[in-house]
Amino acid sequence: MDKMKLIEATQQKKDLPAFKTGDTVNVHVRVVEGDKERIQQFQGVVISRRGSGINETFTVRKVSDGVGVERIFPLHSPRIAKIEKIKDGRVRRAKLYYLRDLAAKAVTQKTTAS
Amino acid sequence: MSGILGKKLGMTSLFDDNGQAIPCTVIEAGPCTITQVKTKEKDGYDAVQLGFDEKKERLVNKPLKGHFARGGVKPMRLLREFRNFNGTELKPGTEIRVDLFHQGDVVSVTGKSKGRGFQGVVKRHHFGGVGMTTHGQSDRVRAPGSIGSSSFPSRVFKGMRMAGRMGHERVTVRNLTVVKVVPESNLLIVKGSVPGPVNSYLEIVKEG
Repeated sequence: MDKMKLIEATQQKKDLPAFKTGDTVNVHVRVVEGDKERIQQFQGVVISRRGSGINETFTVRKVSDGVGVERIFPLHSPRIAKIEKIKDGRVRRAKLYYLRDLAAKAVTQKTTAS
Repeated sequence: MSGILGKKLGMTSLFDDNGQAIPCTVIEAGPCTITQVKTKEKDGYDAVQLGFDEKKERLVNKPLKGHFARGGVKPMRLLREFRNFNGTELKPGTEIRVDLFHQGDVVSVTGKSKGRGFQGVVKRHHFGGVGMTTHGQSDRVRAPGSIGSSSFPSRVFKGMRMAGRMGHERVTVRNLTVVKVVPESNLLIVKGSVPGPVNSYLEIVKEG
């Protein structure tokens, strides 16, 4: 299996910030439109991290105009320019799927370090 | 045509130039050694026999020992023949390496599929099953249904699809794209899946 790891390592990012479920992050996504490329930002709460190695993904949830939006990003994707950690979260679950059923205020309460 | 022998190492995903994740299989391909060159005059047909994965001298039986000695090569675990093999220097002892493949090449991969044991018709032949669990029946959900008519022909036709051993057969997957070649560590990475469990032997043939 070592050769498998070797292959994966060629595409894995080494400068990723340490973030965990419950943290608020700002993800800078490269968007290609025609032949132009620009950066789009997506800020929200990390509600899950799954997978390992190059297959690891994380889910970011935010509420935009009253509508909940979730995006799943491959952690090592070259389309992600940067991941910024905005805020530390203090949560007691690895997967925060229950946030989907909560109001905005409760989300803040649940993920704020106290 | 040219080909190589290899071993399946497992699956992963890699990102392409557009940032798209593509499913890949990593194959440890070669280095192979030509163990015998068959000719029309001597053997009735032209072919090249490749050997892969060296094994210890003491594990080889006498007839095979003689075969390897004739070619002047080390004993190998896997021997396979390829017809119409392209190459300049085809003689016993020549090494075939993975660098004969390049990114973007189209290949066919042959291997032994995973053994599934004794399976019913739903899994083995994609039957739909017969019944439901309601209306008084409880045991026909995965049944094969009728296997033929009555007094004529009074027998079941040969080849009728039924339950039985599934898998562990020779399967070829054609037209897989080569995603990457790593000659330093003899790795060949193709897009998609290939037959067989991890560590099983594969034959890789260049298409076209």
